[in-house]
Amino acid sequence: MTGRLLLAEFSDQRRFVEAARRAGSARCRLVDAYTPFPVDEIFELLDHRRSRIRLVMFIGGVAMAALAYATEYYSAAIDYPYNSGGRPFDAWPAFMLVPFAIGILVAAIAGFAAFLIETGLPRLHDPLFAVAGFERASQDRFVLAVARPDADEERRRVINLLRSAGAAAIRGVEP
Amino acid sequence: MTATTVMRDEAPAAATRWTLPQARDFETVNALIAAPLFERGSWTWRAWWIGFVISLALTTAFLVAVFLVLTRGIGIWGVNTTVVWGFAIADYVWWIGIGNAGTLISAMLLLMRQKWRASTNRFAEAMTLFAATIAGIFPIIHLGRPLYFYWLTPYPNTMALWPQWRSALIWDFWAILSYILFSILFWYVGLIPDLATLRDRATTKAPRLIYGALALGWRGAARHWQAYETLHLALACLGVPLVVSLHSVVGMDFAASLMPGWQETIFPPYFVVGAMYSGFAMVVCLAALVRWGFGMQSLITVAHFDVMAKVMLAASIVMGLSYASEWFNGWYGGEHADRSLVAFAFTGAYAPLFWTLLLCNVVIPQAFWFAAVRENIAAVFAVAVLINIGMWLERILIIWNTLSHDYMPGIWRLFIPTIWDWITTLGSLGLFALMYLVFVRLVPVVSMHEVRKLVAEEAAS
Repeated sequence: MTGRLLLAEFSDQRRFVEAARRAGSARCRLVDAYTPFPVDEIFELLDHRRSRIRLVMFIGGVAMAALAYATEYYSAAIDYPYNSGGRPFDAWPAFMLVPFAIGILVAAIAGFAAFLIETGLPRLHDPLFAVAGFERASQDRFVLAVARPDADEERRRVINLLRSAGAAAIRGVEP
Repeated sequence: MTATTVMRDEAPAAATRWTLPQARDFETVNALIAAPLFERGSWTWRAWWIGFVISLALTTAFLVAVFLVLTRGIGIWGVNTTVVWGFAIADYVWWIGIGNAGTLISAMLLLMRQKWRASTNRFAEAMTLFAATIAGIFPIIHLGRPLYFYWLTPYPNTMALWPQWRSALIWDFWAILSYILFSILFWYVGLIPDLATLRDRATTKAPRLIYGALALGWRGAARHWQAYETLHLALACLGVPLVVSLHSVVGMDFAASLMPGWQETIFPPYFVVGAMYSGFAMVVCLAALVRWGFGMQSLITVAHFDVMAKVMLAASIVMGLSYASEWFNGWYGGEHADRSLVAFAFTGAYAPLFWTLLLCNVVIPQAFWFAAVRENIAAVFAVAVLINIGMWLERILIIWNTLSHDYMPGIWRLFIPTIWDWITTLGSLGLFALMYLVFVRLVPVVSMHEVRKLVAEEAAS
């Protein structure tokens, strides 16, 4: 969160999306939106860069699977080759399950780590938590954050725009 | 070709409602789900305390039984040199089947965009965690020397030995380990936004601190939700194959052997369907209890029981076909031991149990063809309990029949359970109930943010 913000609180999802659209086209800078559940229309308006979570998961999973297979190969074919009824040392079909299972586990862990990095969590303290009414963004209110213009006239224009779009409350935040 | 006109109901897709109109408001949803956690005074908790005391007693009995198994050995059970796996492994398969279903149901329904999962996925996933944890106990205590179970892991040791990677038991170990940890993660990720809601609703300090720390500072920002949705969907995509592989491996514990009645290629898929079947039955039982206990009639509706009954009906047909194909292959393969085993199942010492299992798993669930049964929650609950009993008998009989009736008639013996077998089994149910009762008082039993989204969509349409 950089710079000063104006937080506009909406109780209606459609009005909130409409306000975000109007604010976006009226040259206000949309910074973020805080909602009690994912609102897809908002994702399109805020052009955040695409998530890399899946890429990280893929790399993590494949790397772990390769490591697990390498361990199996090393232990069964190099370090302790044991001839049991003429079966191949490197019994790859039988070796597949362990890399598969542990690969998925590590992909999930890697995805969770990437999720934490992308969202900046854990972050137990945030200036927004001090804003009155912000606790309802996780319950039943939709909060739109726009950059607060420094010029008085410009600021009034933005506030009027948000209010006419149906904002129930508008508050300023100093980071 | 004759053109036949199929009369379809004119009902549009949106006609199916998964919430009742009185709950179509965010605050109502939040209050309804958070009430058991914050407004304890508004509940009597009498049924909860009764359940708690009973499950605590059963859990104590379970711990005593496990203690005795560890100190005196597996001889206190009814296992013998012929039937070397008794209740322990059957219980393991039963529990892991239930443990599979929560993640399978949650992840599969998410991928298939079944919106009704919103109000069932949380307690189904919790069921998975607890059932899989209990399942993990059984293979360890069934070992003659449980203190060496860590030999399953590859670590540098003075004996210079490695695990036998070709063994189904090693696959089992890795599959269960990966699955339990994965399920915890999947469950926790889905819980984070709800923990934030609880943090923001808490009126006293301790809950605010604890839920706040667990919510990691979630603010519901667009970036958070985007990352959340990406991760949750990707985890669901990975979860489904993991679950399928896990229960396939459980099937291979049997199928990779050379025993009559076990060495069958149908085992992995047959076990997966069986897991889904018993898991759905358990979810139905828990759904009915949660609905009754917390007054969630407006979020867990009759329509939920109707769809879950349909899934169980489909699974019961697949199970029936699987049983029939086992008998057919036993006969068609022509192997004497296989044919003799099928005859033993139908007419031998365990035949009454076998007929009960067929009744519970295949015959009684056919009642779900009738809408009147599917829409009667008491009836769905009763059938679900019978399915759980039937599935337990199935796992018991997979083990007893084959081991009691092996290739060599000279070593045929029966399994007679001892009191400790029963205490271990019933005690594990108590442990499950205990964990579940604690869970419903600490964590929202229904996913608040998913229901809010569902409510928003249903109110808009």
